[in-house]
Amino acid sequence: MIDTKVNIAGVEFKNPVIAASGTFGFGREFSEYFPISKLGGLSTKGLTLRQREGNKGVRIHETTGGIMNSIGLQNPGIDAFIEEELPFLNSQDTVIIANVSGNTIEEYVISVEKLNQTEIDMIELNISCPNVKEGGISFGTKAEIASNVVTQVRKVCQKSLIVKLSPSAENMVEMAESCVEAGADALSLVNTFPALAIDISKKKAIFDNITAGLSGPCIKPIALRMVYEVSKAVDVPIIGIGGIMDYRDVIEYIMAGAWAVQVGTANFINPNACAEIIEGIEEYLQKEGISTLEEIRGII
Amino acid sequence: MKVGYREVDIFSNTEIAKDIFELKVQIESNDSMGDPGQFYMLRSWDLDPLLSRPFSICNVEESVLTFLYKVVGRGTNYLSKLKPKDKLKVLGPLGNGFNLNVSGKVALISGGIGIAPMIYLAKKLNTGIDFYAGFTNEVYYMDYVRKYVAKIYITTEDGSTGQKGFITDIFRPEKYDVVFTCGPSPMMKKVVENCENKSSVFVSMESVMACGMGVCLGCSIKTKSGMKRVCKEGPVFKGEEVFFDD
Ligand SMILES: Cc1cc2nc3c(=O)[nH]c(=O)nc-3n(C[C@H](O)[C@H](O)[C@H](O)COP(=O)(O)OP(=O)(O)OC[C@H]3O[C@@H](n4cnc5c(N)ncnc54)[C@H](O)[C@@H]3O)c2cc1C
Ligand SMILES: Cc1cc2nc3c(=O)[nH]c(=O)nc-3n(C[C@H](O)[C@H](O)[C@H](O)COP(=O)(O)O)c2cc1C
Ligand code: FES
Repeated sequence: MIDTKVNIAGVEFKNPVIAASGTFGFGREFSEYFPISKLGGLSTKGLTLRQREGNKGVRIHETTGGIMNSIGLQNPGIDAFIEEELPFLNSQDTVIIANVSGNTIEEYVISVEKLNQTEIDMIELNISCPNVKEGGISFGTKAEIASNVVTQVRKVCQKSLIVKLSPSAENMVEMAESCVEAGADALSLVNTFPALAIDISKKKAIFDNITAGLSGPCIKPIALRMVYEVSKAVDVPIIGIGGIMDYRDVIEYIMAGAWAVQVGTANFINPNACAEIIEGIEEYLQKEGISTLEEIRGII
Repeated sequence: MKVGYREVDIFSNTEIAKDIFELKVQIESNDSMGDPGQFYMLRSWDLDPLLSRPFSICNVEESVLTFLYKVVGRGTNYLSKLKPKDKLKVLGPLGNGFNLNVSGKVALISGGIGIAPMIYLAKKLNTGIDFYAGFTNEVYYMDYVRKYVAKIYITTEDGSTGQKGFITDIFRPEKYDVVFTCGPSPMMKKVVENCENKSSVFVSMESVMACGMGVCLGCSIKTKSGMKRVCKEGPVFKGEEVFFDD
């Protein structure tokens, strides 16, 4: 008997495949293609306290083996999410993770307080956003700044708390350790890599914000190495993210030390990607005579 | 449940003018293959390029779906190499097409490859409409369109066929009750500006797309009623709703 269940910070996932934030909307569009109750879990589009229109200009640019995005956290805001999207998500039999962003610590705290009142299963703190007070440096770059935001959120947060790390952290392992010390129940890594593309005929950057976030298969080997290093250093469950296109990539992440994974960009090129990956994992385990993911977790 | 990407057979893939290809694929399906203005995401490659490419429905005839595309980059270059019996992956039909429930005198205005959705639209409306088509130099698909419309107006930038200049130079908005347009942004902008009754001008917008199904928000544009996804709420919008300056 194969069992792909995992328990992360007291929350049970029926399998290790979670749809990544910003690549799955609020689940509605995908539910037309497959029953999203098949998913281990779903992380919502990044939510902010107030509604955001997102960035101007080009928002998506393709590069070899990946895409760059500068969506700018377009979202309806926490209140509209709770009112309009959450009832549908709650009706689905899968773990619902609210992905939360903010420009200031106060924004994070108020958002989390609002989510405490709902049936959300977990909160995923996106610390890749610019920190207005620290002059636009991302919360996720310096361990002291990240630790501060996690500590303040932990004080109010009544849900299991995942902290999502940015690969632009000055030192990934140090960053992970301070977030755990500050109260993270689990870590997810990584978010997109800050990257640059230039239009040589217009002689300017493709994106209005100059840089944009790189995702997709080209980031996988780097993200995998980060998951490997972080999982050796901390005791909380790790959720591996970056460039997962099929079940083989998931098995690699598990072997590198991840408890679960998130699938992002792959959803754009195949609406059934998550469903196919879940089946692929089961077939792999069957074929290899492995009965639980624990048997291969962190074997590298 | 909707099906995801379907693998279909190429029926034909013909260069009908320089760098302009007509691609016909065979789809066996009980569901609708789509309405004018709707589109499909296409890919004939595995993971490189990573993203699929959006193309409007140019025609539907029984189980054959036609696309009309211009070779502009890697993806369309790969498509241009396809031969009969080769495989293509398609997702669709996607988006919201043109409203076919219109009355009064109708004009269709296309610029360049923006003619693709207008061909199927002309065929579906099929009631004394006027068709305005602007080309750079080579003219294509006019013989087919002629069967379905009252009058055709053509411009070419080099004057080789029809009038020399842009299609917006000869379009007379006061003659029409309803206007549908698809083409380069500056052209559609001019059409909307020139029309007095802006609430009956409909435009088919373009935007870079990653998913085509409403989840990446890469294609979002600002409209007078907030942010809208070109792939989901569009690609057809009311001309008075959108901004062309972005
Ligand atoms: C709803 C919709 C319907 C479309 N219908 C048709 C159609 O019927 N026939 C047709 O020929 N084309 C159509 N297009 C445009 C078509 O999708 C692009 O030409 C195609 O994606 C280019 O791919 P490529 O790999 O060849 O070019 P790339 O190498 O990706 O890019 C080459 C050039 O094309 C531009 N470009 C790339 N993607 C797009 C895009 N999505 N929209 C506009 N410009 C782009 C780039 O800025 C670049 O300058 C449509 C686009 C949309 C959004
Ligand atoms: C278009 C797009 C939007 C995203 N939006 C968010 C977001 O709102 N919040 C967040 O934490 N991560 C966001 N991400 C990052 C993904 O969740 C994921 O961490 C990243 O894409 C790497 O995984 P992948 O290579 O599988 O895509 C976004 C990614 C993409 C491509
Ligand atoms: S292309 Fe992804 S939302 Fe429109």
